[in-house]
Amino acid sequence: MRCSRCGAKAVFSPPPSCARHLIAAVEREAARTIRERRLLRKGDRVAVAASGGKDSTACLAILHRLGHDVTAIAIDEGIKGYRGRTLEDLRRFTSENGIPLEVHSFEEEFGATLDSMLARTKENPCTACGILRRYLLNKHARRFDAIATGHNLDDEAQSVLMNLLRNQIGPLTRLGPATGTVADPKFARRIKPLYFIPERTVAAYAFLSRFGVRFSECPYASTAYRADVRDLLNRLEQRQPGTTRTVIDRFLELLPALRERYAPDGEVASCKVCGEPARGSRCSACALVERVVRIE
Amino acid sequence: MIVYLESTEEEKRISFSGTVKMLLAELRINPHTVLVARYGQLLVDDDTVSDTDRIEILSVISGG
Repeated sequence: MRCSRCGAKAVFSPPPSCARHLIAAVEREAARTIRERRLLRKGDRVAVAASGGKDSTACLAILHRLGHDVTAIAIDEGIKGYRGRTLEDLRRFTSENGIPLEVHSFEEEFGATLDSMLARTKENPCTACGILRRYLLNKHARRFDAIATGHNLDDEAQSVLMNLLRNQIGPLTRLGPATGTVADPKFARRIKPLYFIPERTVAAYAFLSRFGVRFSECPYASTAYRADVRDLLNRLEQRQPGTTRTVIDRFLELLPALRERYAPDGEVASCKVCGEPARGSRCSACALVERVVRIE
Repeated sequence: MIVYLESTEEEKRISFSGTVKMLLAELRINPHTVLVARYGQLLVDDDTVSDTDRIEILSVISGG
């Protein structure tokens, strides 16, 4: 198989590409998404939610290469045998590329690691982790113009299907290349520069760019409902290539109507415990911490 | 052939010669979910691998 652009031996498909043209195509696609979806303005300061995994490292590298002012913000949840290694990769990558890095941890902010929280509760690991990660990212990245995440095409299609299958239409309205249905200074604007790039293409980009990141999976990931939806979507994609992209294209056509009909109103209160944004008297993070950390 | 599955850090020895596409079918792995590499170089579906190779299977699945 030969690269469709230069005829050199292909190292990736589809489309058949050599390393140089795969890397260029990924960076071009991310730049196009940023430009056409108006994700960033010139001079914006961007916090990249970085984990040391392939997706967020690719996002960080692309924004850095495109000349944006980036800072990596990592959350150490405290997942034994996993996060320590990916943070080690992230420290090396940011140091080699001269990118500022901040690390905040569950233990230092909430008084317990994710592992220890999960040992004393039946909370779903990904739900609990997601609430606390989003809380810390929002708190520490609010001073930037945007938070960029490494969500790719597959991640987003899974989220769309998960919300539909669970009959959760409200959360659907918060998806899209740029989130922020609620304009409030307490919330950082979230952007997804890799939105239209398939997961496997992002992985090849990270591998061929020699970022030196591991392709390991979070040990809790297989317990998530997302894993079932992901496997289903991957089987459909194998049988009918293009399925994942179709989910996203049709979703984006419907999104304006969904937001108009189902987006929550703009009222954002402050959590009585920590002062961070909340829908009721307490934010989801404080309610969760109360349940799983301060139960003695 | 030695097949190394990076996601589980598992290494297995199998007898196989053929294309990457045939190898993934033999291992019952969905090609949409992995990258296949030999000695640090990515391979595509129609590349051939032989019994003396050490092949790495990299899962592209992340998240939770």
